[in-house]
Amino acid sequence: MTDYKNLKLIATSSPHIRSAENTRSIMLDVIIAMLPALGWSVWAFGVRALMVTCVSVIACVVWEWLYRKLLKRPQSVGDLSAVVTGMLLAFVCPVDVTYFAIIVGGFFSIVVAKQLFGGIGKNFVNPALVGRAMMLASFAGTMTTWAQFQAKSHLFGSTADVVTAATPMSYLHAKNLQGLLDSGVTLSDMFLGRIGGSLGEVSALMVIAGGIYLLARKIISWHTPVAYIATVAVLTFIFPRGNDSLTWMLFNLFGGGLMLGAFFMATDYATSPVTGKGQLIYGIGCGLITVFIRYFGSYSEGVCYSILMMNLLTALIDKYVKPQRFGVVKSEKKEAASK
Amino acid sequence: MAQAFFGGVHPHDMKAATNEKAIEQLAPPAEVVIPMSMHFGAPCTPVVKVGDHVKVGQKIGEFHGLGAPIHASVSGTVKAVEPRPYSMGGNIMSVVIENDMKDELSEEVKAPANPDAMTVEEMIEIVKNAGIVGMGGATFPTHVKISGGIGSVDTVIINGAECEPYITGDHRTMLERPEEIIGGAIYLAKMFGVDKVVIGVEDNKRNGIDSMNKVIAEKHAPVVVEPLHCRYPQGGEKQLCQAVTGKQVPPGGLPSAIGCAVFNINTTCAIYRAITQGIPVVRKVVTVSGSGVIDPKNLECPIGTPVANLLDACGGLKETTYKLIAGGPMMGMAQYTAEIPVAKGTGAILAFCEDEEQTVEHPQCIRCGKCVAACPVHLEPLFMYQYASKGMVEELNELHIMDCMECGACSYICPARMHLTHMFKTGKQLVKNKAAADKAAAEKAAAEAAAKEQKKEA
Repeated sequence: MTDYKNLKLIATSSPHIRSAENTRSIMLDVIIAMLPALGWSVWAFGVRALMVTCVSVIACVVWEWLYRKLLKRPQSVGDLSAVVTGMLLAFVCPVDVTYFAIIVGGFFSIVVAKQLFGGIGKNFVNPALVGRAMMLASFAGTMTTWAQFQAKSHLFGSTADVVTAATPMSYLHAKNLQGLLDSGVTLSDMFLGRIGGSLGEVSALMVIAGGIYLLARKIISWHTPVAYIATVAVLTFIFPRGNDSLTWMLFNLFGGGLMLGAFFMATDYATSPVTGKGQLIYGIGCGLITVFIRYFGSYSEGVCYSILMMNLLTALIDKYVKPQRFGVVKSEKKEAASK
Repeated sequence: MAQAFFGGVHPHDMKAATNEKAIEQLAPPAEVVIPMSMHFGAPCTPVVKVGDHVKVGQKIGEFHGLGAPIHASVSGTVKAVEPRPYSMGGNIMSVVIENDMKDELSEEVKAPANPDAMTVEEMIEIVKNAGIVGMGGATFPTHVKISGGIGSVDTVIINGAECEPYITGDHRTMLERPEEIIGGAIYLAKMFGVDKVVIGVEDNKRNGIDSMNKVIAEKHAPVVVEPLHCRYPQGGEKQLCQAVTGKQVPPGGLPSAIGCAVFNINTTCAIYRAITQGIPVVRKVVTVSGSGVIDPKNLECPIGTPVANLLDACGGLKETTYKLIAGGPMMGMAQYTAEIPVAKGTGAILAFCEDEEQTVEHPQCIRCGKCVAACPVHLEPLFMYQYASKGMVEELNELHIMDCMECGACSYICPARMHLTHMFKTGKQLVKNKAAADKAAAEKAAAEAAAKEQKKEA
């Protein structure tokens, strides 16, 4: 009989196996899901779109690395979450945003919104959206200058001579669907993304493709995006501005950042509820506030602020929306409560 | 296909290493070490002393209260009665028998004259004396489950899910000894007075299902094989009941609360052998597998066989082996020594030499909620983890931590590799300690109040 005494055994608690998926692989999947939209934005706005994204990603990664380094915390850039934040931040900016603005935005996203609260998983608001909100307040000019579809933006230097145009969202905000249609924008332009707008948002098709990839890979669950999009669809269909409910609804769904918000922003793990039921409530809330801002607010787009507001309610939703306890049937619970 | 349960995970089943290998009989060990605690309940008292000669099937440990007797698994001389390491951690009183290799059968082992004419009471008595316990790993005394369930149980379920990765003992039993399973199921039906027994089997064991169906057809047995979704923890008692009946066992309750009784495949075979041949539990089928094992096998050996003998029979271990597990990879216990014996509940011995755990240095919860979606008893592991790590007992109770069955699904799925299940084991202990402390404090206060009262009267 062999003596197994010289084995160096470690005795840890069960389970002894783990699934292959880890934080890094999840973030990698999110990055992959964003590539179609990135590709489209390069085609739509030129190489500057790629440059803006790269600068944003590098800025976010460097800020995170620097923060962890200076505070002597375990390094965390390897989990790729800063890359995701960087891409998302670029995706919600116009192509002509200044590089300086996006570096400052990256600082706000990574350091203020995320690291000051403890890093990944601890932030209570979506870092990319906070960065954008801050940039919109501080760099209002560059953040609201929208290059026309396939207008050639310079890679460096002044972008003042770029052909700009009102985005479909500003027509919709002015309740002027007819004006938008008259300007030559068709529904398929909206869906494919042959319009002006933020980098990663213009092509609903590409964003949806990425969203379907995330759903198929089980990175996100269907609850939030479905609740969000359905709420916006129902509200805009019931209360159209104009005669054609259906067209109005579809323009609202494909315009602005709704698809990017629903699939990539509202599904952010750290800032959305953990239960399916909670995610439905959260998605509906996002939809309500989005339509509210689009209809009654002074901004033409409400996705960013609606998600930020619902982020703040996430802790509350998680506190009160609990899974049904195993072995307790709903009717029994009611009976027990009424006794 | 039957209804599913909520949650769960899909680990790679890793069964291909052994599921086509027939159960081999291990060469008789020179010595067996039989622990006096192989069941849920108080340990047995040894009834033999050093120097005694024992035969196979002779009772060597008597139980008190909740438990089951323990029998000699080989014939030979008692060499020692002393505490030895065992698979549940630490040392336990054990009877060490030196094998004389004669395999003499004890006079206590007698095949009943007419097994089919026995009354329910007689059958339960036989199950009790045969030392049968839940052989899937829970080791709850089977006679208690049967006598406690008669009257309230209308669904008898045989657990052939074998949902833990690597383990193939039940699968091989289905293929090689289907008549024992079906025979045992028929006796269980008789004992509970039900007209149908359901065998739940994960559908990755198609040939096992066919093999049992053949015997059922031949015998016209009141048994139905139900293929189940392949998902961990399908073989959890509560999950199996849910999948078969659609009903949920209430919190803190037993399956009998919803009219179910669940028996493992091995347990069912043991019942059959006890009733037809009078043989107590003295042998066990063990799957020896994992990346550290050179030639994985299914082995049948006497209870008390040192694990080293099993490993030797499988070509030994690779040098880089760093983990030895008694049981499956999801719920089994990692061992600090190979000097442990096979017990009644040991279904597998696994050795790992690669980084199956994929540990990370600073796990950070990313709040993905995958643990919530995976928890088969609808808990929220991520919040429980935070409370448990801060010792917040009240909050843990509010989140129903005591419902946690430590199946490990949350830890398995966690992309951040948090040590969730481990934290809940300690968290549950915190809750128990607090409850005990509260009780003690209340008793003390009551006693003081009574003493005061007495003083007043005096």
